[in-house]
Amino acid sequence: MQSTAAVRARGVTKTYDDVIALDGLHLDVAAGQVHGLIGPNGAGKTTLLGLLLGLGVPDSGTLEVLGTPVGRALALPSRVAGFVDGPGLYPTLTARQNLTALVSLRGGRGGSRHDVRREVGTLLDRVGLGEVADDQVRGFSLGMRQRLGLAAALLGDPRLLVLDEPANGLDPVGKRQVHEVLSDLADDGATVIISSHQMDDLAALCHEVTLLATGRVVFSGPVSKLAAENDELDYRLVTSDPQRTRDLAAAVPALRPSTARRAPSQTDGALVLRGSEAAVDELVARLVTAGVAIRELGPVVPPLEAAFLALTGTPGAAR
Amino acid sequence: MTTTAERAGAATSANPVVRPVALRRAYRFELVKLFSQWRMRLVLLACLLAPAVYTAVVSRQTSLPADAVYGRWMNQSGWAGSLVVLVFVGTLVLPLLTSVVAGDVFAVEDRLGTWRSLLVAVGSAPRIFWAKTLAALTVTLALLVALAVSSTVGGLLSIGSHPLPGLDGHLMVAGELARTVALAWLLAVPPTLAFFALGLLGSVALGRSPLGLLMPVVVALVLQGLQLLPVPVALRVALPTSAFLGYRGLLTSPTQLDPVWAGVAVSAAWVALATGLAYRLFTRRDFTDLGHAGAGRRLVAVGLLPLVGLVAATTLVVATATGATGSGVERPRLEAALATSFSSLYVLQTDELNRPPVTTAQLQTTARCDKGGERVDDTGPGSDWRCVVTWTLPGSTATGTAIYQLDVTADGRFVADGDGPQEVNGYFMVRVPTGDAPNPLWQFDGFVDLLHPAERGPS
Repeated sequence: MQSTAAVRARGVTKTYDDVIALDGLHLDVAAGQVHGLIGPNGAGKTTLLGLLLGLGVPDSGTLEVLGTPVGRALALPSRVAGFVDGPGLYPTLTARQNLTALVSLRGGRGGSRHDVRREVGTLLDRVGLGEVADDQVRGFSLGMRQRLGLAAALLGDPRLLVLDEPANGLDPVGKRQVHEVLSDLADDGATVIISSHQMDDLAALCHEVTLLATGRVVFSGPVSKLAAENDELDYRLVTSDPQRTRDLAAAVPALRPSTARRAPSQTDGALVLRGSEAAVDELVARLVTAGVAIRELGPVVPPLEAAFLALTGTPGAAR
Repeated sequence: MTTTAERAGAATSANPVVRPVALRRAYRFELVKLFSQWRMRLVLLACLLAPAVYTAVVSRQTSLPADAVYGRWMNQSGWAGSLVVLVFVGTLVLPLLTSVVAGDVFAVEDRLGTWRSLLVAVGSAPRIFWAKTLAALTVTLALLVALAVSSTVGGLLSIGSHPLPGLDGHLMVAGELARTVALAWLLAVPPTLAFFALGLLGSVALGRSPLGLLMPVVVALVLQGLQLLPVPVALRVALPTSAFLGYRGLLTSPTQLDPVWAGVAVSAAWVALATGLAYRLFTRRDFTDLGHAGAGRRLVAVGLLPLVGLVAATTLVVATATGATGSGVERPRLEAALATSFSSLYVLQTDELNRPPVTTAQLQTTARCDKGGERVDDTGPGSDWRCVVTWTLPGSTATGTAIYQLDVTADGRFVADGDGPQEVNGYFMVRVPTGDAPNPLWQFDGFVDLLHPAERGPS
């Protein structure tokens, strides 16, 4: 029977000496989507990515990748690629040499040297490194290395791409390029699993996210659902009449001044209020009726990040 | 037109498990990485140029490195330079080269953080191990060949191919010299591989720690220090550093092969054990563990103790097989070696001086040695050996005598320094029909086979 799950984990446990990295993890990642992996440091994200790339095997539980059970290390289905803990490049080689050496290493593609050069050139252009193709990687910035690492991962036309912090060090242009590449891959039916601490990236890119904490899945599902996990958020509000705004806010029952330590000071005349989206809507309506101009309104912490902080029980999270 | 869902479904079916890449491809990949390092290219360049420059320059100097075997012959024969370079590189250079190549070949991936990508690309930890080992081995052997060729070419171009006496005094001419020098360098391969395997072990076990990189050099220094001490000959032979001296057995006639085979066997045992330990450590490593910082704490248990055990076992085997006890520097052996060398060199001197020819058999040379006077046992290394050499000329009833002060080192090499009479060994140079030439009996090197039973006098 064919499965449309690119990854299926059941009760996966992985320990290092007395440290439990993954603790009975269950996870399903549907094929053809970009799936985000988030969690605090030490949550087990990199361990999970390592297992998905076949760098190790679970101590217990079962793991299937592209429909193939993973029974021993490095025995993965073909067309699984990616990187964990950095893109893994050789600084004494040029960008082109890094990719060409990898093509030669894998072999079996039947292409001529010219074909390989063309494929490598196309990939370098795709990640925006065409102009520095013949520069040594030694001189590359972190963002350029990340992009080259992505190009290296794309060499085998992967069906499952596993990337650890692919947007690290990328400028906005580079980030957009990487997002486009990953989105195109997913549109083409490949599955992309990325781990990141950059919530805005994940919100913009991922169909679904999995939130890990202490080796367990705290949440797994659509990004919108995770954002909605948190009923109340802190909102920062700047109006033309702060005192009048304060009075009107006090009259909305489901709205109260924020007590979160992260709330910015109100010296700039901004109010930080805590409440549901509906309560904020009600306040906005009252402000409009009262003729108070709203100059700025938005969540202090983005919804995804707020949900992350709340679900992982991070100190300082919205309460 | 296929939909994304259909393409996704196809993506999860018909996915055979990926096969590891072929060893030759992984090997080639490792070679590309090794030679892309400027450090490696610089080392190769140095190995190609430095010995040639050294032999060419030193051979033309009046002050020669007489401390090294054949050092005093460097301005007489182009072949001597290569043998002098072999002495130097065997002491520390070759262990250092194995440090640079084998000691870094695994550690570099830890330093660059490339292990995980490499494993995903190759798909087999054992294959990576062997590819790296073979690539590093290729480079190490290339460096060794560069040293050998460079030193030989430098010496020959500078001085030319002239005969050279062996360590027993017999004269070696171009053909024999070429063969012997090539074999001497070839015999440096087994101990080099022993240190190479140590480098692999250090590189695998200690990861990015500099201690891993330095392991062959540190071990070589420790073993060299041990060899300076008057340790039992069985222990001396059981150390891989001794194998660097095995070539001396080729410089006698007949060749003394016991030290050669002992060196090869000891080196092979070190290669097998250290490589096996490195392989075991590497293939058992969990590459998902980002906290892995090498097996440094376990190195003593998993690496050094087995090697110490190997030394102990080898020492026992050598002692049992040869019955060798003590330092191996015994009076009868020394007397036999000195008499043999003297008689051969006497024949050479006779020929140089254009006197009636004699053979070593006709001379019936004997030597009588004493160490440090009556109160000291006539055994062991030291610079206090004094020997009297006696010989007979054909057709004469009188015997000649010559006195030598001997400095005997713990590894069996000795330097005999003439102490009279002047007409035999008192002058640095002798007058020959074509001008002045070095007096072969003034000061010469010799070699005591520490394992071989003593035979009195030259044959």
